[in-house]
Amino acid sequence: MSVGADEARARFLEVRDVRKAYGAIKAVDGVSFDVARGEIVGVIGPNGSGKTTLFNSILGQITPSSGSVEFCGEDITGLSPLDLARRGIGRTFQSLQVFVKLSVRDNLIAAAQEFQGTMRSRLLAPPDAGLGARADAMIDLFRLGHVAGRPAGSLSYGQQKLIDIAMAFMPTPRLVLLDEPCAGVNPGLVEELRELLVTLNKTQGGSFVVIEHNMDFIMKLCPHVICMVEGKVLTEGPPRTVQSNPRVLEAYLGN
Amino acid sequence: MSVVADDVALARTRRPLLRTANIAIAIVVVAFALLPLLLKSYGTYLCTLFCVTLMATYGLNLTVGYAGQMSLGQAAFYGIGAYIAAIALKAGISFYLVLPVAAIVCFVVGLLIGFPALRVQHHYLAFATLGFNILVYLVMRNEEKITGGTYGISGVPRPTLFGLSLDGVLAFFWFTLAATLILIALLGWLLRSPWGRAFAALRDNPIRAESLGINITVYTLLAFAIGAACAGIAGVFFAALVQFVEPAPFHFAASLMMLLAIIVGGSGRFFGPVIGTVVIVLLPEWLRFMQNWYLAIFGFAVVALMIWLPGGVLSIPERFALGKVRR
Amino acid sequence: MGELLQLIVSGTAAGAIYALAALGFTLLWQASGTINFAQGEFVMVPAFIMLFCMSAGAPLWLAFLATCVIAMLLLGVLFKRIVVDPLIRHGVIPLVIASLGLSIGLKQLMRAGYSAQAFPFPSPFPSGHFAIAGAAISYADVGTLLFAAIIVLGLQAFLERTVTGRAMQAVAQNTDAARVLGIDVRRMVLYTFLINAVLAVVAALLVTPAYLAKFDMGDSIGPKAFFAAIIGGFNQTRGALLGGVLIGVLENVVGFYVSPAYKEGVALILFLVVILVRPEGLLGKAEERKV
Repeated sequence: MSVGADEARARFLEVRDVRKAYGAIKAVDGVSFDVARGEIVGVIGPNGSGKTTLFNSILGQITPSSGSVEFCGEDITGLSPLDLARRGIGRTFQSLQVFVKLSVRDNLIAAAQEFQGTMRSRLLAPPDAGLGARADAMIDLFRLGHVAGRPAGSLSYGQQKLIDIAMAFMPTPRLVLLDEPCAGVNPGLVEELRELLVTLNKTQGGSFVVIEHNMDFIMKLCPHVICMVEGKVLTEGPPRTVQSNPRVLEAYLGN
Repeated sequence: MSVVADDVALARTRRPLLRTANIAIAIVVVAFALLPLLLKSYGTYLCTLFCVTLMATYGLNLTVGYAGQMSLGQAAFYGIGAYIAAIALKAGISFYLVLPVAAIVCFVVGLLIGFPALRVQHHYLAFATLGFNILVYLVMRNEEKITGGTYGISGVPRPTLFGLSLDGVLAFFWFTLAATLILIALLGWLLRSPWGRAFAALRDNPIRAESLGINITVYTLLAFAIGAACAGIAGVFFAALVQFVEPAPFHFAASLMMLLAIIVGGSGRFFGPVIGTVVIVLLPEWLRFMQNWYLAIFGFAVVALMIWLPGGVLSIPERFALGKVRR
Repeated sequence: MGELLQLIVSGTAAGAIYALAALGFTLLWQASGTINFAQGEFVMVPAFIMLFCMSAGAPLWLAFLATCVIAMLLLGVLFKRIVVDPLIRHGVIPLVIASLGLSIGLKQLMRAGYSAQAFPFPSPFPSGHFAIAGAAISYADVGTLLFAAIIVLGLQAFLERTVTGRAMQAVAQNTDAARVLGIDVRRMVLYTFLINAVLAVVAALLVTPAYLAKFDMGDSIGPKAFFAAIIGGFNQTRGALLGGVLIGVLENVVGFYVSPAYKEGVALILFLVVILVRPEGLLGKAEERKV
């Protein structure tokens, strides 16, 4: 890899020596990595390896004990989820997180409307906040047209998962962190999901960081994979290199 | 609480049905406007009181039903509006000046009361707003120099409209009805605007909302403040209607009744407060022979409702449509 | 000085009663996530049951014991089976609403079905005062304090020394873990409801001689129980005791030195301050926001 590419990485998302301890337990123990503009990075690791804690530290849900996170040259360590959203950082959740009583279409509009205009202009804006066409396009992309008017809470798990992911992309974020997008999704949908993410990466140009247990999904989707074990980065690199690393196998299979 | 469609959201997708519904609503409103022609003055008074209470419960429905915040203090704002009106109207200040002032004062106090909402969970909020209501009631009862204590303030004048006197029961009823309809229309428009969607997002999932750039602090405070302002406006009309203001109607028991009215009608349904307000204002009068039994039955009915029909009376059609029990 | 001592003793006695109601409230919350807005009515109902028993010729002690049994059935078992069990899985709010309805229902049932009047209630303790350091201390206050202390200490001993008590604490701290350990969670939760009912009866026995038995007596006791529980720390049993006594003493002091008209406001001002400054309560531990 050339020096120039590394610099581009460093200027986009730069995670430096992040640590988070709960008492004596070091959930995240000095993790550093970079994400370049437009890149898809996968984070793998066995249960309890600190992936979710790392995510929550980057996303402002918890404050890291030490270390820093920089985004586009700005220190964003410990910023609130709201401030991160405003800087163009979106996320999806491991568990279902949709607005259950709102229709699918309203869920998608709600996801992007706060990025349009001001409080006052939104009060006076038309009901769809000018986002109707974009929401419909997203609904088509995610093939949710037949349920667009139904309350999100009344849909199946897989459909709600799709809504959750579609919502994260509605505001055209510069960086999206996806927390186990395949968890609980049936195998047929997993392939569809991977294609959707590739499409979104091409059309919207954002960078993704994906936590996932589904190795196949990660290996196909992410050109760059980080493997975490016991709060530390075990190895990182192209999927094949990581996959063939004996220590990764050992971490997954146990001793 | 229950997984049901938000009717404002539904309105965006089911237009033809809405048109029939609009006609039905118009007929009901006209019939209600003409009803007092058949009633004696007490009946007309009750219809006016119904409108006044409706303003307060519509505001509460925004706070509780749409934005998902718990409030047991709506009667305190209602009372603040009423006392401001009683004092200012007696001092000869114009009704049309008092109205916005009362609304703004309640809006600001609502903002302040919203602050605990940012720090604590739902059920704590019920206690915080309840505490606020008790405090306001104590001030009304004890600060005799300002509020007249338990004797209250009597002789509150009614306003005029373009030089026309509104002293007559019928004239004041129509005036109040018009104001109520305007307020409800404004709230309907607000709830269909992107703000309404943000309130619903806050109610359904504040953590998700925040990660999508929805400023939950601002919307929580606004939900309280707008609900409070509606109660303040209702209070002004109450003072002009009854022409006498005392602490009793603003006891926390009244807040409780308003909250239960919202739940009974259907929390977060646009016409829920109408049903609920009928149950707490008009029904007790029709069922007068039942005396205190009415409230006893009402209390137990709320328990039964929560167990069997948590979506409120307006969720009955959906219950039949779905053909199964869904919570 | 004697004056202040007097106020503190009688305030502590009143606070001990709030603490009993608050304790039941906290136990219910810890064990089952139940917020009981009808807690005030749970004190009012036993007061009347005791009166009915006495009008049927029973002496006070027998009326008290009989009421404990009736309350355990009515406010313990029935309340849990009919109201709490169907609602608890839908989260906190439906149960809050239902208990608000129950509060209105019980209150108005007593008013419509029996009487809106206030009834005198015999004190279990001798009347009169004795003097210490210039303060006139009433036997009733001392008796109330002792009785409340015995109940609280007895409850603590039960929770900490017996197998059942420990199991109940395990359920309160972590229901899932308790279930894994093979504890019969449902039974432990039921015990909590029974204990709450008995605490309410004791509170009724101690508070009614001063308050009189009236259908709306819960309006004043209920909110004070909630406020005491939250001031002390909702997830802490000791918090309820501290909160109750703090309210009782401050009410007396404010009522005497500041204004009797705002005595009732003390609990809620204290509560609003606590909620703004230390929302987890004086003795409480902060609960982390869950994602």
